[in-house]
Amino acid sequence: MTEVKRTPLYEEHVKLGGKIVEFGGFEMPVQYKGIIEEHNTVREQAGLFDVSHMGEFEIKGKDAKKFIQKLITNDVEKIEPGKIIYSPMCYENGGTVDDLLVYCFTWEHFWLVVNASNIEKDWQWVQEQKSDEDVELANISGKTAQLALQGPKAQEILQSLTSIDLGEIKYYRFQEELVAGCQSVVSRTGYTGEDGFEIYLNANEVVFLWKELLTQGQSQGIAPIGLGARDTLRFEAGLPLYGHELGSKITPLEAGLGMFVDLKSDNDFIGKSALLKQKEEGLKRKKIGLEMLERGIPREGYVVYKDEQEIGYVTSGSFCPSLGKNLANALINIAQAQIGNTLAVSIRNRPCQAVIVKTPFYKREV
Amino acid sequence: MYPENLKYTKEHEWVDLETKKIGITQYAQEALGDVVFVELPEVGTHLEVGDSIGVVESVKAVSDIYAPVSGKVIAVNEELLDNPELINQDTYGKGWILQMEITEGEEDLLDAQGYQKIIEEE
Repeated sequence: MTEVKRTPLYEEHVKLGGKIVEFGGFEMPVQYKGIIEEHNTVREQAGLFDVSHMGEFEIKGKDAKKFIQKLITNDVEKIEPGKIIYSPMCYENGGTVDDLLVYCFTWEHFWLVVNASNIEKDWQWVQEQKSDEDVELANISGKTAQLALQGPKAQEILQSLTSIDLGEIKYYRFQEELVAGCQSVVSRTGYTGEDGFEIYLNANEVVFLWKELLTQGQSQGIAPIGLGARDTLRFEAGLPLYGHELGSKITPLEAGLGMFVDLKSDNDFIGKSALLKQKEEGLKRKKIGLEMLERGIPREGYVVYKDEQEIGYVTSGSFCPSLGKNLANALINIAQAQIGNTLAVSIRNRPCQAVIVKTPFYKREV
Repeated sequence: MYPENLKYTKEHEWVDLETKKIGITQYAQEALGDVVFVELPEVGTHLEVGDSIGVVESVKAVSDIYAPVSGKVIAVNEELLDNPELINQDTYGKGWILQMEITEGEEDLLDAQGYQKIIEEE
């Protein structure tokens, strides 16, 4: 294993009382004050996350767009300068390498933003896929920091630190601008189900901006948020997490991400034929949402049964602070995947009743 | 943090030999974080030292509780079913988990000092 890394904000996390755990090869705060309190802060006010562990690859050159289309399942034609798309990236067999964001700066300049735990694997994969395309690839993860400011007060707080009208940045769009004097890429994106922004900047300026945001946001109730609440927030909001809902043995179609897989246009991408075949033959399993009817918290890896037949397993499960319910995502046999179907989750060898419900579990009122 | 009047186990449980109540320690509740679910044994169950007697779950972790002594369960704290956070808020008081009629194992429990030592080693 490679050594455990730290983001430039490590010392700040410790000073703020963060409980440090290892995640994706990084020592990160899982919580500061408590997962539930932090979760609620993001839903009700605003939370600041250090997500500098995420990876960024820069792709430049005449064939940049063409090369990215080869890598991702979504349609690159949906993007334009200033826009972002979400996409899975697949292996030839349709299994998922990672899920990522594509930022289009110009037609010849893009970023891929990838999961921390996959940086090295993805970087190798992306390099290996380059053949005769005229592109330059750079892994800028180390020098690029990222903060996420999420919650209903996010815009108000960030606005006090920049002269650009943030109202102009619509969902899944970004601008390059100065935030508290730091050259930043600011996008209206996030992983919480709330409105908010993700801010990329030079790693050596992130400590300054982190402190500025915490100071500026004080009257709006801002708080630093750890990875624990990041997970409960994304889970409630129905956002997949690689290694849980997605993986090398799970295709994006099985994970319910068909709307990010372009099988209709003439675009060709790695994994397309496998995914087309899977669609034509019909999916055998599917990701569904479960609500427990009996007491018990469904956890990752717990087996799901129907009439004593094993039909799948839990990919993520948790008590959901905003909903007060114990919920799960599970990957199950498609024949049993209809909403309302009653299943059993085996919790400590005891079958506990659960029902299939609609996802996302949580949707913010707009 | 570790009251002198209680006894302890290295599995981070406390036992009050006067009231015969049992719970988890301050150290354990802090390590777990927000407790969101508790599974309790049935009243009347006979337990041997080390038997699994229930589960305490936080948002992120599942933790088994083991019988610190042998005996019979005479009461469980049903308030925890609806308010598991009592374990975080008042771990030696309202956060008690069960009450036992103790038949054996008292002499193997640690005093506050002995427990403190174990924590320092962790």
